[in-house]
Amino acid sequence: MLLEVKDLRVQFHTRRGVVKAVDGVSFSLDRGETLGLVGESGSGKSVSCMALMRLVEAPAGRIVGGSVLLDGQELLDLSEREMRQIRGGQISLILQDPLSSLNPGYSVGNQVAEAIRIHQGLRGRALRDSVVEILSQVGIPQAERRLKQYPHQMSGGMRQRVAGAIALSCRPSLLIADEPTTSLDATVQAQYLRLLSELQQEFQFGMIFVTHDLGIVARLCDRVAVMYAGRIVETGSTRQIFNEPAHPYAKALLATLPSLESRKKRLMTVRGQPPLAIDLPPGCSFAPRCPEVMDICREEFPGEATTGDRHRVLCWLHSASDEMLLSAR
Amino acid sequence: MTTTESAPGASRAEEPRVKVRGAATTIRFPLVSMVVLGLVVLVAVFAPLIAPHDPEVGQLSNKLIPPVWQEGGSSEFLLGTDTLGRDIFTRILYGARVSLMVAILATGLAGVLGTIVGLIAGFYRGWVEILLMRITDMTLALPLMLMAIVLVALLGASLTNVLLVIVILLWPYYARQIRGEALAISEEDFIDLARVAGLSSPRILWRHILPNVMPTIGVLATLQVALIILLEASLSFLGVGIPPPTPAWGLMVADGRDILGRAWWVSIVPGIAIFGVVLAANLLGDWVRDRFDPKLRQL
Repeated sequence: MLLEVKDLRVQFHTRRGVVKAVDGVSFSLDRGETLGLVGESGSGKSVSCMALMRLVEAPAGRIVGGSVLLDGQELLDLSEREMRQIRGGQISLILQDPLSSLNPGYSVGNQVAEAIRIHQGLRGRALRDSVVEILSQVGIPQAERRLKQYPHQMSGGMRQRVAGAIALSCRPSLLIADEPTTSLDATVQAQYLRLLSELQQEFQFGMIFVTHDLGIVARLCDRVAVMYAGRIVETGSTRQIFNEPAHPYAKALLATLPSLESRKKRLMTVRGQPPLAIDLPPGCSFAPRCPEVMDICREEFPGEATTGDRHRVLCWLHSASDEMLLSAR
Repeated sequence: MTTTESAPGASRAEEPRVKVRGAATTIRFPLVSMVVLGLVVLVAVFAPLIAPHDPEVGQLSNKLIPPVWQEGGSSEFLLGTDTLGRDIFTRILYGARVSLMVAILATGLAGVLGTIVGLIAGFYRGWVEILLMRITDMTLALPLMLMAIVLVALLGASLTNVLLVIVILLWPYYARQIRGEALAISEEDFIDLARVAGLSSPRILWRHILPNVMPTIGVLATLQVALIILLEASLSFLGVGIPPPTPAWGLMVADGRDILGRAWWVSIVPGIAIFGVVLAANLLGDWVRDRFDPKLRQL
C-alpha cells in the first residue's frame, strides 16, 4: 500500500465559526493506481490533497487529527524540514491553471532545470540533456528549441505539459492532479489524460485525480471516492460506483451525466445547494437534498457500511438493519 | 498537437502582445534625458580632471566676477565666481558628485530597506505584516520636509545624516508598493508548487517572488532619483543639508539669494543645474515606468 489516509480532519477557523473542511476522510492508494476524487466545489477535495502534504494554510487552517501513511511513514508526525524532503522527493502536484503554475519571470527550460537540479543534483550538460529528455517525455515537440521560451509564449496545453514535466522531475511515488485538465479544451484534454496514463504506466506512481468531470473518472481512474461536505460518502472501484452507486448523492451525480437518449430533456442537476461546512445539520449532511431521506437521516450520522469488495458507503439506506429501516418507514 | 502552437519559426514580432506594448508606450525613448544624465555622470566622475580651480577655496580679490559672456567676465571663470571668489563652473562640476552620490546611495538604501520590509510583510502575512505595515503607514504620515529639517537639526548637518534622513523618509514608498505585489504573487499557483517541490520560504522569496517584483523596484527607483536630488538640494538650501564649504547645488543657490539683483549667476547657474538634472531624471523615470510597468506589460 503506497498511501493510507485515516480519519483525516482539517478545520479552518474563520470569523463566522469553525469550518470542518475535511471531516474524517479515509482512503488508500496503491502504486500505479489512480483514485478519482469527485464532488461539488467546496466539498473538501482540494483541501484534503493539500492536507496530505501538510500544506494547509496557517494560521486559519489546521490539521486536527488523523493519520497519513506514505510508504508506511507517518507524515503528520514529521518535522517541517523532514516534510520538505518528502514533498520534494515523493509527492508532486499538478494544478488547474497552467499559466499561474509557472513563474512568468523564468524561461521554461530554466524552471524545469531548477526542479531537476534540486532533486537529482545534475549540472551543466547533463542537466540540459535531462531537461530536454523530460520535456520530450511529456510530449513537447522540439523541446530543444523551447527551452528559452517563456510561459506566456506557450499555449495552455503546452504549459500544462511543462507543469507536468516539473512535477515528474523528482520521480514521485505519489502524484496529485488537482483538476489539471479543467482549463484545457476538449482535444488537448484528451491528449493530456492519455499522456498522464502513459507516464503512470512507465513510472508506476500512485495518482489522486481531483475532478468534477465524471467522464474523465470513467476513463482514467481505477477507484473513485465521492466527497460531500468534507466526507467521503462513497468509495469503490470505478465499475462499482458507475454500475451500482449506493449513496443517493453518487446516484444523483451520475444522473447528471448527459447521454444521447436523454438529449431532448433538460440537463439533470443535483437539486439544492451544498451545505455550508460551518453549521452542518446533525445527521447526514446530504439529508436536506436527498430524494430518499428518512427520519433517522436528520437525527444521526450514518455509520460506514460495506456493500461489496472495498466498496464502502456512508448512508442509512445501507447501514441500518432491516428492522430499523422498517420501523423508520 | 503542434497545431495549437504558433509555427516554431514565428518571430516574436508577429505576436499581438508586442503591438499592444508599442501602443501603450506613448513616450519615446528620452534620448535628450539620457545624454544629459550621461554627461552629468561623466562630469561627476572626472570632476578633478576637468575642473580649472579648487572647489572649496577662492580668492576674495576674484569675488563676484560675472560669466564669460557678460561685461567684466573672464575666460578664466567660465560661469563667474561667487561671494568668496570661488569658480562657479568648478563648484557645479563637484556639486554633481554630491547630488549623484546622495541620489544613488539614498535610492539604493531606501530601495533595499523598503523591499525587504515589503517582501516580508507581503509574504509572511499575519502579525508580522500588521506590525511592519503600521510602521510604514506611520512613516508615510510624517510631513516629508518638516521631518527632514527636524531630524537634521537634531542629528547635525552632514552628508551621512542627509542620507540617513532621506532613506528614513523614502523607504515606506517601496515597502507599500512591494508588499502589494508580493501579496499578489504569493497567491499564484507557482508559489504553492514551489512549496510542494520542497523549497523553504526564504528560498521561495528569493527565487520566485523577488525576481517578479524587480521591474517595480526599478521603476520606483528611477522615479525617486529625481525626488531625492530635489530633496537634497532643498535641505542644503535651507541649511540643514550638506554643510559648507562642500559644493552642493542647493547650498550654492542659497549663497546667492541675497545678491540676486547684483550677481544673478551665483544662484541661477546652480539652479539651472538642479532643474536640468531633475527634469531629465523625471523624463527617464516616466519612460522606464511606461516601458516596464508590469500592469502595462501584461496587456
